[in-house]
Amino acid sequence: MGGALGLGVPDVDRWLQGGLRRDGVHEFYAPPDGEGAGASAFALLVGRLICGADLPLIWLRKDRGSRRERPYAPGLAELGIDPDAVFLVGLRDLSDLLVATAESVRHGGAGAVILEIQGRARLLDLTASRRLALAAERSGTAVLLVRRSARPVASAAHTRWQVSAAPSPALPANAPGPPVFDLQLLRQRGGPEGLHVQLEWNREQAVFRTPIYGDPSAVPAGGMADRGRRRAA
Amino acid sequence: MNKLSSERRYMAIHLPFLPAEWRIADGVAPPESPFALIEKQRGALRIMALSPAATALGLRPGLALADARALVPELPAYPHDPEADRAVLMRAVIACERYTPMVAPDGADALVLDLTGCFQIAGWTQETIADDARSRLARLGLRGRAAHATTPDAALALARFGTRNVEDLPVAALDLGDEAHLALCRAGLRTIGALKSRPRAPLAARFGRDLSARLAGLLGEEDRRITPHRPAGTIRAEYRFAEPLMTVSPLLDVIERLAQRLEGTLAERGAGGRRFDVALFRTDGHVARLTVTCGRPLRDPQAIRGLFAERLESLADPLDPGFGYDMARMVVPLVERLESQQPDLAEEGNARGQPDLAPLIDRLAVRFGPRSISRFQPRDEHLPEYADRAVPPESASAAWPRPEPGEPPLRPLFLYDPPRRVSVVAEVPDGPPRRFVWRGKPYRVVRHEGPERIAYPWWKHPEGRGPTRDYYRVEDETGQRFWLFRHGLYGRENEHPQWYLHGLFA
Repeated sequence: MGGALGLGVPDVDRWLQGGLRRDGVHEFYAPPDGEGAGASAFALLVGRLICGADLPLIWLRKDRGSRRERPYAPGLAELGIDPDAVFLVGLRDLSDLLVATAESVRHGGAGAVILEIQGRARLLDLTASRRLALAAERSGTAVLLVRRSARPVASAAHTRWQVSAAPSPALPANAPGPPVFDLQLLRQRGGPEGLHVQLEWNREQAVFRTPIYGDPSAVPAGGMADRGRRRAA
Repeated sequence: MNKLSSERRYMAIHLPFLPAEWRIADGVAPPESPFALIEKQRGALRIMALSPAATALGLRPGLALADARALVPELPAYPHDPEADRAVLMRAVIACERYTPMVAPDGADALVLDLTGCFQIAGWTQETIADDARSRLARLGLRGRAAHATTPDAALALARFGTRNVEDLPVAALDLGDEAHLALCRAGLRTIGALKSRPRAPLAARFGRDLSARLAGLLGEEDRRITPHRPAGTIRAEYRFAEPLMTVSPLLDVIERLAQRLEGTLAERGAGGRRFDVALFRTDGHVARLTVTCGRPLRDPQAIRGLFAERLESLADPLDPGFGYDMARMVVPLVERLESQQPDLAEEGNARGQPDLAPLIDRLAVRFGPRSISRFQPRDEHLPEYADRAVPPESASAAWPRPEPGEPPLRPLFLYDPPRRVSVVAEVPDGPPRRFVWRGKPYRVVRHEGPERIAYPWWKHPEGRGPTRDYYRVEDETGQRFWLFRHGLYGRENEHPQWYLHGLFA
């Protein structure tokens, strides 16, 4: 495969010299004080764009037996990610996860492999991430590492981002709108860093775009009630 | 009388001194000296089993220890341990699975092998099998007496009583209990041969109906099939090594060769295996077992080899060849339909951009357990936490409802299951949340939508009633989006409804 995945916003893609490498390793750090769902969601959406409609997406994380939250398929569908294309791998510990990730990347059948890790993850060192980068280049499978509750460390990633949720453009009656992500490009191998943007996910067109914040108070009252009724039906 | 089962062949091995012999082999008891294994029964210590030397002195099980010591002063005694005896017997059973997969224990001191059809495959004769089995059991420290017959009952009786012919067996071989035994002897019927010539009906009338059944079993008129210790697969291949394998490395080649042998059988049946069992028989009687299961029927030897490679690598206890493996067997206990694939069809599938994840899934399942990989399937359930479920990765694809265009995501990406309790401040008791505290951290709600009312599905649980949930999508000042609900309608269902955090949005 190879090539680059443009995120859809010209400024951003120029900064990325065309986009995110489809056969690269990309790291998405959640801010240490946040819940981290935004970083996972952004990685999933990038994965969704790389996989398109044909390729499966493999999502590896700690076993559901843990006390953390679990992936919710209706929520994936609501983001525009077909839950049917997602294979969830839940394993006991990081060493198993790293073995399974490497195996999944090497196989080459998936468009993207997402590894979601909580905490410091000493095992995922420079050597381990180099190995993943090599495997990604060979098989053309993107490796998306989601790091929640972790501080950025040295790695062989092609890009490293900090991703947090950003305020959404409000819908009528001040309802939360489509998801917006606050992105900081912390590192880009062979390219500039320091980019800081906010991107909104447009599900219908399956693109990121710059959010447009309007004034929610301009929306007529009563819209909320209508929306509520329609959804309840 | 025609013999219904003349073509079947059974071998029984009686291990009369098993309880004493394993103690000798373990070094617990001295060899070649008399000792007894005792148990307290109704206040007296009674002999349950004896060493060969003690038997030679004329002692018999059932004797009180005190009486035995009157005959043999200072007879050493050890506690009887039926459970340990059973474990030793099962080791003998497993060691004999090299001759046939159909091996069953019988009672506390015997085992029986169904050797039907085993001679052609392996080039054994019943004598060579008996010799080999005896010497292998001797390595476990057990002395066995083997006998062959066309029914398991006859083989067992011949082994137990040490006679060559069924007709020479004493009537005790019928195992009808002391009373019937005595009555038969009084009637002058001392051997099976004597009974054989008598009309059956009067015998049954006098000595019970069991007699007919037992007699038929001994005479080979009725075949009681044995229930093997391990269910036997009909699709199996074996490999005997001229030299025992002392290292693990050639095993994968052996496994691939076994798979190659089975490939034809599977192809003829239009089937593939969903499970493959490999048993590795060690010269000392130990058997190592490896099993792989796969998500789809498989018969490609290379793929099967790959799965076993994964299995070998993931073993918590690496295989220990010890004195070497001298036989391997592969059994396919679970098969499913698998049409021969035309290669160009498979390639077309790839060209359409649908690569086959199945080999990867199989490998991950073998290594990390079949439950570690799953897909999602929708469920038509009312409560959000039941709206999806994890299914095995090979499950059929499912169609998911499409979200309404223009709406933001109405369901969270992550769900807390069960929901987490949070403390919420709302302006009015039945209004939307303004602030909440989650794990000690305060969140200020700046946007919200709701309530979306989700009632307890009372129509499904007519007796059970749960509070209604009022769900709110909320966003805090940093942009994090949460799914909260109030549990119970204020004033109607609950005076102080609790709040829960049920999910995190993107």
